[in-house]
Amino acid sequence: MKNTQVLTTDNGGFLAIAKKYWYLLTLVPPILGVFVGTYTLQTGDGIMLWLSLLVFYVIIPAADHLFGKDHFNPSKEQEEAYLKDSYYVNLLCLSATLYWGGIGMVTYAVCTISLPWYHLLAAMLSIGVLHAGTFTLSHELGHKMSDKKQSFFAKLAIASMGYAHFNIEHNKGHHKDVATPEDPASSRMGESLYKFARRELPGAAVRGWKLEADRLKRINKPILSKDNEILQCLSITVIGFTTLIVISGIAALPFLLITSFFGWFQLTQANYIEHYGLLRQKLESGRYERCQPKHSWNSNYRFSNLITLHLQRHSDHHAHPTRAYQVLRDYDDAPALPSGYPLCMAMSMIPPLWFAVMDQKVVSWAEGDMNLVNMDTDKRNGLFQRYHDQTVTA
Amino acid sequence: MSKYQCPDCEYIYDEDKGCEHEGYPAGTHWQDLPEDFPCPECFVREKPDFVALK
Repeated sequence: MKNTQVLTTDNGGFLAIAKKYWYLLTLVPPILGVFVGTYTLQTGDGIMLWLSLLVFYVIIPAADHLFGKDHFNPSKEQEEAYLKDSYYVNLLCLSATLYWGGIGMVTYAVCTISLPWYHLLAAMLSIGVLHAGTFTLSHELGHKMSDKKQSFFAKLAIASMGYAHFNIEHNKGHHKDVATPEDPASSRMGESLYKFARRELPGAAVRGWKLEADRLKRINKPILSKDNEILQCLSITVIGFTTLIVISGIAALPFLLITSFFGWFQLTQANYIEHYGLLRQKLESGRYERCQPKHSWNSNYRFSNLITLHLQRHSDHHAHPTRAYQVLRDYDDAPALPSGYPLCMAMSMIPPLWFAVMDQKVVSWAEGDMNLVNMDTDKRNGLFQRYHDQTVTA
Repeated sequence: MSKYQCPDCEYIYDEDKGCEHEGYPAGTHWQDLPEDFPCPECFVREKPDFVALK
Protein backbone atom coordinates (compact mmCIF):
# COMPACT_ATOMS: atom_id res chain seq x y z
CA MET A 1 0.00 0.00 0.00
CA LYS A 2 1.49 3.29 -1.05
CA ASN A 3 2.24 5.98 1.46
CA THR A 4 0.53 8.70 -0.55
CA GLN A 5 2.29 11.86 0.53
CA VAL A 6 3.95 12.96 -2.68
CA LEU A 7 2.75 16.30 -4.00
CA THR A 8 3.03 17.03 -7.67
CA THR A 9 5.18 19.99 -8.60
CA ASP A 10 3.67 21.40 -11.80
CA ASN A 11 3.81 25.20 -11.34
CA GLY A 12 0.91 25.69 -13.75
CA GLY A 13 2.35 28.60 -15.69
CA PHE A 14 -0.25 30.53 -17.64
CA LEU A 15 -2.89 27.88 -16.95
CA ALA A 16 -2.56 28.54 -13.21
CA ILE A 17 -3.51 32.18 -13.77
CA ALA A 18 -6.31 31.30 -16.17
CA LYS A 19 -7.64 28.66 -13.79
CA LYS A 20 -9.10 31.34 -11.53
CA TYR A 21 -11.50 32.31 -14.31
CA TRP A 22 -12.16 28.75 -15.43
CA TYR A 23 -13.95 28.33 -12.10
CA LEU A 24 -16.65 30.50 -13.67
CA LEU A 25 -17.77 27.15 -15.10
CA THR A 26 -19.45 26.61 -11.74
CA LEU A 27 -22.10 29.10 -12.91
CA VAL A 28 -22.89 27.08 -16.03
CA PRO A 29 -25.18 24.39 -14.53
CA PRO A 30 -27.58 26.82 -12.81
CA ILE A 31 -27.58 29.12 -15.86
CA LEU A 32 -28.28 26.05 -17.98
CA GLY A 33 -31.30 25.42 -15.75
CA VAL A 34 -32.58 28.97 -16.30
CA PHE A 35 -32.00 28.68 -20.06
CA VAL A 36 -33.69 25.27 -20.35
CA GLY A 37 -36.70 26.40 -18.31
CA THR A 38 -37.09 29.58 -20.36
CA TYR A 39 -36.68 27.77 -23.69
CA THR A 40 -39.24 25.12 -22.71
CA LEU A 41 -41.69 27.78 -21.58
CA GLN A 42 -41.29 29.90 -24.71
CA THR A 43 -41.44 27.09 -27.28
CA GLY A 44 -43.56 24.47 -25.54
CA ASP A 45 -40.95 21.95 -26.70
CA GLY A 46 -39.31 19.75 -24.05
CA ILE A 47 -36.30 18.67 -26.06
CA MET A 48 -33.89 20.94 -24.12
CA LEU A 49 -34.88 19.20 -20.88
CA TRP A 50 -32.41 16.50 -21.93
CA LEU A 51 -29.52 18.94 -22.13
CA SER A 52 -28.25 18.66 -18.53
CA LEU A 53 -28.11 14.87 -18.86
CA LEU A 54 -26.16 15.21 -22.08
CA VAL A 55 -23.71 17.62 -20.43
CA PHE A 56 -23.21 15.48 -17.32
CA TYR A 57 -22.89 12.02 -18.85
CA VAL A 58 -21.42 12.83 -22.28
CA ILE A 59 -19.90 16.31 -22.61
CA ILE A 60 -18.00 16.39 -19.28
CA PRO A 61 -16.44 12.91 -19.79
CA ALA A 62 -15.56 13.90 -23.37
CA ALA A 63 -13.98 17.14 -22.14
CA ASP A 64 -12.00 15.16 -19.56
CA HIS A 65 -10.68 12.97 -22.33
CA LEU A 66 -9.87 16.01 -24.45
CA PHE A 67 -8.22 18.23 -21.82
CA GLY A 68 -6.50 15.49 -19.80
CA LYS A 69 -5.24 15.76 -16.22
CA ASP A 70 -4.30 18.77 -14.13
CA HIS A 71 -1.17 18.36 -12.02
CA PHE A 72 -0.91 21.99 -10.97
CA ASN A 73 -0.47 22.53 -7.23
CA PRO A 74 -0.21 26.10 -5.95
CA SER A 75 2.99 27.19 -4.24
CA LYS A 76 2.84 28.50 -0.65
CA GLU A 77 2.82 32.08 -1.96
CA GLN A 78 0.05 31.30 -4.45
CA GLU A 79 -1.95 29.57 -1.72
CA GLU A 80 -1.82 32.65 0.47
CA ALA A 81 -2.92 34.89 -2.39
CA TYR A 82 -5.78 32.56 -3.40
CA LEU A 83 -7.05 32.31 0.17
CA LYS A 84 -7.13 36.10 0.55
CA ASP A 85 -9.06 36.56 -2.69
CA SER A 86 -12.81 36.80 -1.91
CA TYR A 87 -13.60 36.04 -5.57
CA TYR A 88 -13.49 32.30 -4.92
CA VAL A 89 -16.13 32.35 -2.17
CA ASN A 90 -18.32 35.02 -3.80
CA LEU A 91 -18.50 32.92 -6.96
CA LEU A 92 -19.94 30.01 -4.99
CA CYS A 93 -22.45 32.22 -3.16
CA LEU A 94 -23.66 33.57 -6.52
CA SER A 95 -23.90 30.08 -7.95
CA ALA A 96 -25.86 28.80 -4.91
CA THR A 97 -28.41 31.59 -5.45
CA LEU A 98 -28.63 30.96 -9.20
CA TYR A 99 -29.39 27.27 -8.62
CA TRP A 100 -32.70 28.25 -7.07
CA GLY A 101 -33.41 30.27 -10.24
CA GLY A 102 -32.56 27.30 -12.48
CA ILE A 103 -34.64 24.85 -10.47
CA GLY A 104 -37.47 27.38 -10.25
CA MET A 105 -37.55 28.05 -14.00
CA VAL A 106 -37.62 24.36 -14.93
CA THR A 107 -40.27 23.65 -12.28
CA TYR A 108 -42.45 26.51 -13.52
CA ALA A 109 -42.07 25.41 -17.15
CA VAL A 110 -42.92 21.73 -16.69
CA CYS A 111 -45.82 22.47 -14.32
CA THR A 112 -47.52 25.08 -16.49
CA ILE A 113 -47.31 23.56 -19.98
CA SER A 114 -48.30 20.16 -21.26
CA LEU A 115 -45.38 17.82 -21.98
CA PRO A 116 -45.15 14.12 -22.89
CA TRP A 117 -44.08 11.76 -20.09
CA TYR A 118 -40.58 11.22 -21.45
CA HIS A 119 -39.79 14.95 -21.40
CA LEU A 120 -41.12 15.11 -17.82
CA LEU A 121 -38.85 12.23 -16.89
CA ALA A 122 -35.92 14.06 -18.50
CA ALA A 123 -36.80 17.19 -16.49
CA MET A 124 -36.77 15.22 -13.23
CA LEU A 125 -33.49 13.48 -14.01
CA SER A 126 -31.95 16.75 -15.20
CA ILE A 127 -32.78 18.55 -11.99
CA GLY A 128 -31.36 15.55 -10.17
CA VAL A 129 -28.13 16.02 -12.08
CA LEU A 130 -28.13 19.77 -11.38
CA HIS A 131 -28.37 18.86 -7.71
CA ALA A 132 -24.98 17.17 -8.02
CA GLY A 133 -23.68 20.71 -8.54
CA THR A 134 -25.72 22.02 -5.62
CA PHE A 135 -24.26 19.34 -3.40
CA THR A 136 -20.75 20.24 -4.47
CA LEU A 137 -21.34 23.89 -3.62
CA SER A 138 -22.96 23.16 -0.29
CA HIS A 139 -20.20 20.73 0.56
CA GLU A 140 -17.46 23.27 -0.11
CA LEU A 141 -19.19 26.13 1.71
CA GLY A 142 -20.43 23.93 4.56
CA HIS A 143 -16.96 22.93 5.65
CA LYS A 144 -16.25 26.52 6.72
CA MET A 145 -18.46 26.18 9.80
CA SER A 146 -17.18 29.25 11.64
CA ASP A 147 -17.82 31.50 8.62
CA LYS A 148 -21.44 32.69 8.89
CA LYS A 149 -21.68 33.77 5.25
CA GLN A 150 -20.43 30.47 3.88
CA SER A 151 -22.57 28.49 6.35
CA PHE A 152 -25.68 30.38 5.21
CA PHE A 153 -25.05 29.77 1.51
CA ALA A 154 -24.26 26.11 2.24
CA LYS A 155 -27.74 25.83 3.79
CA LEU A 156 -29.33 27.79 0.93
CA ALA A 157 -27.82 25.41 -1.62
CA ILE A 158 -28.68 22.16 0.09
CA ALA A 159 -32.18 23.44 0.96
CA SER A 160 -33.00 23.30 -2.76
CA MET A 161 -33.37 19.52 -2.34
CA GLY A 162 -34.39 19.41 1.33
CA TYR A 163 -31.30 17.44 2.43
CA ALA A 164 -31.02 19.51 5.56
CA HIS A 165 -28.87 17.20 7.68
CA PHE A 166 -26.11 17.03 5.07
CA ASN A 167 -23.57 19.56 6.35
CA ILE A 168 -23.77 18.38 9.96
CA GLU A 169 -23.73 14.70 9.10
CA HIS A 170 -20.96 15.08 6.56
CA ASN A 171 -18.59 17.23 8.62
CA LYS A 172 -19.08 15.70 12.04
CA GLY A 173 -19.96 12.15 11.04
CA HIS A 174 -18.61 11.10 7.66
CA HIS A 175 -15.25 12.85 8.08
CA LYS A 176 -14.76 11.31 11.51
CA ASP A 177 -15.72 7.76 10.51
CA VAL A 178 -14.67 7.72 6.85
CA ALA A 179 -13.26 4.45 5.48
CA THR A 180 -14.40 2.44 8.50
CA PRO A 181 -17.19 -0.16 8.75
CA GLU A 182 -19.01 2.25 11.10
CA ASP A 183 -19.52 4.86 8.38
CA PRO A 184 -22.83 4.57 6.49
CA ALA A 185 -21.36 6.93 3.86
CA SER A 186 -18.31 4.76 3.00
CA SER A 187 -19.04 1.92 0.59
CA ARG A 188 -17.70 -1.60 1.05
CA MET A 189 -16.09 -3.82 -1.57
CA GLY A 190 -18.74 -6.11 -3.06
CA GLU A 191 -21.57 -3.80 -2.01
CA SER A 192 -23.64 -2.62 -4.96
CA LEU A 193 -24.69 1.01 -5.27
CA TYR A 194 -28.30 0.02 -4.57
CA LYS A 195 -27.45 -1.96 -1.41
CA PHE A 196 -25.23 0.94 -0.31
CA ALA A 197 -28.11 3.42 -0.88
CA ARG A 198 -30.32 1.44 1.50
CA ARG A 199 -27.64 1.74 4.18
CA GLU A 200 -26.41 5.27 3.41
CA LEU A 201 -29.64 7.24 3.02
CA PRO A 202 -31.25 6.26 6.38
CA GLY A 203 -27.88 5.89 8.14
CA ALA A 204 -26.78 9.41 7.27
CA ALA A 205 -30.13 10.91 8.27
CA VAL A 206 -30.10 9.16 11.66
CA ARG A 207 -26.47 10.17 12.30
CA GLY A 208 -27.09 13.80 11.30
CA TRP A 209 -30.11 14.17 13.58
CA LYS A 210 -28.34 12.42 16.46
CA LEU A 211 -25.31 14.69 16.18
CA GLU A 212 -27.49 17.80 16.21
CA ALA A 213 -29.65 16.45 19.05
CA ASP A 214 -26.49 15.84 21.11
CA ARG A 215 -25.25 19.37 20.44
CA LEU A 216 -28.63 20.88 21.37
CA LYS A 217 -28.66 18.85 24.57
CA ARG A 218 -25.24 20.24 25.49
CA ILE A 219 -26.51 23.81 25.06
CA ASN A 220 -29.73 22.99 26.94
CA LYS A 221 -32.07 23.49 23.99
CA PRO A 222 -34.88 21.17 22.86
CA ILE A 223 -34.76 19.51 19.44
CA LEU A 224 -37.69 21.65 18.32
CA SER A 225 -35.95 24.99 18.69
CA LYS A 226 -34.76 27.78 16.42
CA ASP A 227 -31.20 26.78 17.27
CA ASN A 228 -31.64 23.44 15.50
CA GLU A 229 -29.53 23.94 12.36
CA ILE A 230 -31.27 21.11 10.50
CA LEU A 231 -34.64 22.78 11.08
CA GLN A 232 -33.14 26.13 10.03
CA CYS A 233 -32.20 24.58 6.71
CA LEU A 234 -35.55 22.80 6.34
CA SER A 235 -37.34 26.11 6.87
CA ILE A 236 -35.56 27.49 3.77
CA THR A 237 -36.80 24.44 1.84
CA VAL A 238 -40.38 24.99 3.05
CA ILE A 239 -40.30 28.68 2.09
CA GLY A 240 -38.69 28.00 -1.30
CA PHE A 241 -40.89 25.05 -2.24
CA THR A 242 -44.08 26.80 -1.05
CA THR A 243 -43.21 29.82 -3.20
CA LEU A 244 -42.67 27.59 -6.24
CA ILE A 245 -45.95 25.74 -5.58
CA VAL A 246 -47.86 29.06 -5.33
CA ILE A 247 -46.32 30.25 -8.63
CA SER A 248 -46.40 26.96 -10.56
CA GLY A 249 -49.40 25.11 -9.13
CA ILE A 250 -49.78 22.03 -6.94
CA ALA A 251 -48.10 19.84 -9.60
CA ALA A 252 -44.86 21.43 -8.45
CA LEU A 253 -45.08 19.52 -5.14
CA PRO A 254 -44.59 15.97 -6.50
CA PHE A 255 -42.12 17.33 -9.08
CA LEU A 256 -39.95 18.95 -6.39
CA LEU A 257 -40.14 15.90 -4.11
CA ILE A 258 -39.11 13.50 -6.88
CA THR A 259 -36.30 15.75 -8.13
CA SER A 260 -35.09 16.15 -4.55
CA PHE A 261 -34.86 12.39 -4.21
CA PHE A 262 -32.87 12.18 -7.44
CA GLY A 263 -30.62 14.86 -5.93
CA TRP A 264 -30.06 12.82 -2.77
CA PHE A 265 -29.16 9.88 -4.96
CA GLN A 266 -26.44 11.96 -6.62
CA LEU A 267 -24.78 12.32 -3.23
CA THR A 268 -25.23 8.61 -2.61
CA GLN A 269 -23.40 7.92 -5.87
CA ALA A 270 -20.59 10.34 -5.01
CA ASN A 271 -20.17 8.80 -1.55
CA TYR A 272 -20.21 5.35 -3.15
CA ILE A 273 -17.28 6.01 -5.45
CA GLU A 274 -15.13 8.11 -3.10
CA HIS A 275 -13.99 5.43 -0.60
CA TYR A 276 -15.08 2.10 -2.12
CA GLY A 277 -13.38 -0.75 -0.23
CA LEU A 278 -10.77 1.45 1.48
CA LEU A 279 -10.22 0.82 5.18
CA ARG A 280 -8.46 2.61 8.03
CA GLN A 281 -6.87 0.27 10.55
CA LYS A 282 -7.74 0.24 14.24
CA LEU A 283 -4.85 1.11 16.54
CA GLU A 284 -4.05 -0.49 19.90
CA SER A 285 -5.55 2.59 21.56
CA GLY A 286 -8.94 1.62 20.10
CA ARG A 287 -8.98 4.66 17.81
CA TYR A 288 -8.73 4.32 14.05
CA GLU A 289 -5.54 5.47 12.36
CA ARG A 290 -5.84 9.04 11.12
CA CYS A 291 -7.41 9.45 7.70
CA GLN A 292 -4.57 9.72 5.20
CA PRO A 293 -4.47 10.42 1.46
CA LYS A 294 -4.47 6.68 0.75
CA HIS A 295 -8.00 6.40 2.19
CA SER A 296 -9.80 8.19 -0.67
CA TRP A 297 -10.19 7.61 -4.39
CA ASN A 298 -9.15 10.53 -6.55
CA SER A 299 -9.57 11.74 -10.08
CA ASN A 300 -7.42 14.51 -11.40
CA TYR A 301 -9.04 15.24 -14.74
CA ARG A 302 -8.90 18.95 -15.47
CA PHE A 303 -12.43 19.62 -16.65
CA SER A 304 -14.45 17.61 -14.13
CA ASN A 305 -12.25 19.00 -11.35
CA LEU A 306 -13.23 22.54 -12.32
CA ILE A 307 -16.92 21.58 -12.33
CA THR A 308 -16.68 19.74 -9.00
CA LEU A 309 -14.54 22.39 -7.26
CA HIS A 310 -11.65 19.94 -6.86
CA LEU A 311 -13.84 17.53 -4.91
CA GLN A 312 -12.10 14.83 -6.94
CA ARG A 313 -8.86 15.74 -5.18
CA HIS A 314 -10.52 13.84 -2.41
CA SER A 315 -7.41 12.67 -0.58
CA ASP A 316 -6.29 16.19 0.22
CA HIS A 317 -9.85 17.12 1.14
CA HIS A 318 -10.14 14.31 3.70
CA ALA A 319 -6.66 14.86 5.05
CA HIS A 320 -7.46 18.59 5.49
CA PRO A 321 -11.25 19.08 5.44
CA THR A 322 -11.22 22.86 5.89
CA ARG A 323 -8.78 23.45 3.01
CA ALA A 324 -10.54 25.64 0.41
CA TYR A 325 -11.20 24.25 -3.07
CA GLN A 326 -8.84 26.62 -4.87
CA VAL A 327 -5.85 25.28 -2.90
CA LEU A 328 -6.66 21.56 -2.81
CA ARG A 329 -3.68 19.56 -4.04
CA ASP A 330 -3.01 16.59 -6.24
CA TYR A 331 -0.94 13.69 -4.88
CA ASP A 332 1.11 11.76 -7.39
CA ASP A 333 0.45 8.35 -5.89
CA ALA A 334 -3.02 8.68 -4.35
CA PRO A 335 -5.55 5.95 -5.24
CA ALA A 336 -7.02 6.89 -8.62
CA LEU A 337 -10.43 6.32 -10.17
CA PRO A 338 -10.45 5.43 -13.85
CA SER A 339 -12.23 8.66 -14.86
CA GLY A 340 -13.86 11.82 -13.53
CA TYR A 341 -16.81 11.60 -11.13
CA PRO A 342 -19.64 11.86 -13.72
CA LEU A 343 -18.49 8.79 -15.66
CA CYS A 344 -17.67 6.85 -12.48
CA MET A 345 -21.11 7.70 -11.08
CA ALA A 346 -22.68 6.40 -14.30
CA MET A 347 -20.56 3.25 -14.05
CA SER A 348 -21.64 2.70 -10.43
CA MET A 349 -25.24 2.35 -11.62
CA ILE A 350 -24.24 -0.91 -13.37
CA PRO A 351 -22.85 -3.01 -10.46
CA PRO A 352 -21.20 -5.81 -12.53
CA LEU A 353 -19.31 -3.17 -14.52
CA TRP A 354 -18.29 -1.29 -11.37
CA PHE A 355 -17.06 -4.47 -9.66
CA ALA A 356 -15.18 -5.53 -12.81
CA VAL A 357 -13.30 -2.22 -12.93
CA MET A 358 -12.85 -1.37 -9.26
CA ASP A 359 -12.43 -4.63 -7.33
CA GLN A 360 -9.03 -5.31 -8.82
CA LYS A 361 -7.98 -1.74 -7.98
CA VAL A 362 -8.97 -2.30 -4.33
CA VAL A 363 -6.99 -5.56 -4.22
CA SER A 364 -3.96 -3.75 -5.68
CA TRP A 365 -4.37 -0.97 -3.13
CA ALA A 366 -4.34 -3.56 -0.31
CA GLU A 367 -1.44 -5.39 -1.99
CA GLY A 368 -3.49 -8.58 -1.92
CA ASP A 369 -4.12 -8.54 1.84
CA MET A 370 -7.89 -8.68 2.08
CA ASN A 371 -7.69 -8.14 5.86
CA LEU A 372 -6.99 -4.50 4.97
CA VAL A 373 -10.16 -4.05 2.88
CA ASN A 374 -13.57 -2.72 3.92
CA MET A 375 -15.78 -5.53 2.63
CA ASP A 376 -19.49 -6.26 2.44
CA THR A 377 -20.07 -8.81 5.20
CA ASP A 378 -22.31 -10.92 2.93
CA LYS A 379 -19.57 -11.10 0.28
CA ARG A 380 -16.60 -11.36 2.61
CA ASN A 381 -15.92 -15.11 2.31
CA GLY A 382 -16.22 -15.13 -1.47
CA LEU A 383 -14.01 -12.07 -1.90
CA PHE A 384 -11.42 -13.45 0.50
CA GLN A 385 -11.31 -16.74 -1.35
CA ARG A 386 -11.01 -15.03 -4.71
CA TYR A 387 -8.54 -12.27 -3.98
CA HIS A 388 -6.56 -12.88 -0.76
CA ASP A 389 -2.81 -13.15 -1.36
CA GLN A 390 -3.43 -12.79 -5.06
CA THR A 391 -0.31 -11.84 -7.00
CA VAL A 392 -0.87 -8.19 -7.76
CA THR A 393 -0.09 -7.03 -11.24
CA ALA A 394 -2.20 -3.88 -11.57
CA MET B 1 -6.29 29.77 31.49
CA SER B 2 -4.67 27.63 28.78
CA LYS B 3 -4.97 27.22 25.04
CA TYR B 4 -4.77 24.09 22.90
CA GLN B 5 -4.37 23.92 19.13
CA CYS B 6 -5.63 21.48 16.52
CA PRO B 7 -2.56 20.21 14.65
CA ASP B 8 -4.42 20.12 11.34
CA CYS B 9 -6.59 23.21 10.89
CA GLU B 10 -4.91 25.27 13.65
CA TYR B 11 -8.17 25.97 15.51
CA ILE B 12 -7.33 27.10 19.04
CA TYR B 13 -9.42 26.02 22.02
CA ASP B 14 -9.13 28.85 24.50
CA GLU B 15 -10.42 27.95 27.97
CA ASP B 16 -11.41 31.62 28.45
CA LYS B 17 -13.75 31.44 25.47
CA GLY B 18 -14.75 27.76 25.45
CA CYS B 19 -16.78 26.69 22.43
CA GLU B 20 -20.33 27.88 23.01
CA HIS B 21 -21.70 26.59 19.72
CA GLU B 22 -20.74 23.02 20.53
CA GLY B 23 -21.96 23.31 24.10
CA TYR B 24 -18.78 24.08 26.03
CA PRO B 25 -19.26 27.47 27.74
CA ALA B 26 -16.54 30.03 28.37
CA GLY B 27 -14.37 28.91 31.25
CA THR B 28 -14.66 25.18 30.47
CA HIS B 29 -11.30 23.68 31.39
CA TRP B 30 -9.50 21.42 28.96
CA GLN B 31 -9.58 18.53 31.42
CA ASP B 32 -13.38 18.84 31.62
CA LEU B 33 -13.81 18.25 27.89
CA PRO B 34 -14.66 14.64 26.93
CA GLU B 35 -11.85 12.52 25.48
CA ASP B 36 -13.66 12.33 22.14
CA PHE B 37 -14.05 16.11 21.91
CA PRO B 38 -13.52 16.76 18.18
CA CYS B 39 -11.95 19.88 16.73
CA PRO B 40 -15.00 22.15 16.13
CA GLU B 41 -13.54 23.30 12.80
CA CYS B 42 -12.26 20.23 10.96
CA PHE B 43 -13.83 17.46 13.11
CA VAL B 44 -11.08 14.99 12.18
CA ARG B 45 -8.76 15.58 15.13
CA GLU B 46 -9.77 14.87 18.70
CA LYS B 47 -8.71 16.02 22.15
CA PRO B 48 -5.68 13.67 22.42
CA ASP B 49 -4.32 15.14 19.16
CA PHE B 50 -4.39 18.77 20.34
CA VAL B 51 -1.15 20.52 21.26
CA ALA B 52 -0.91 22.70 24.37
CA LEU B 53 0.21 26.27 23.58
CA LYS B 54 2.63 28.02 25.86
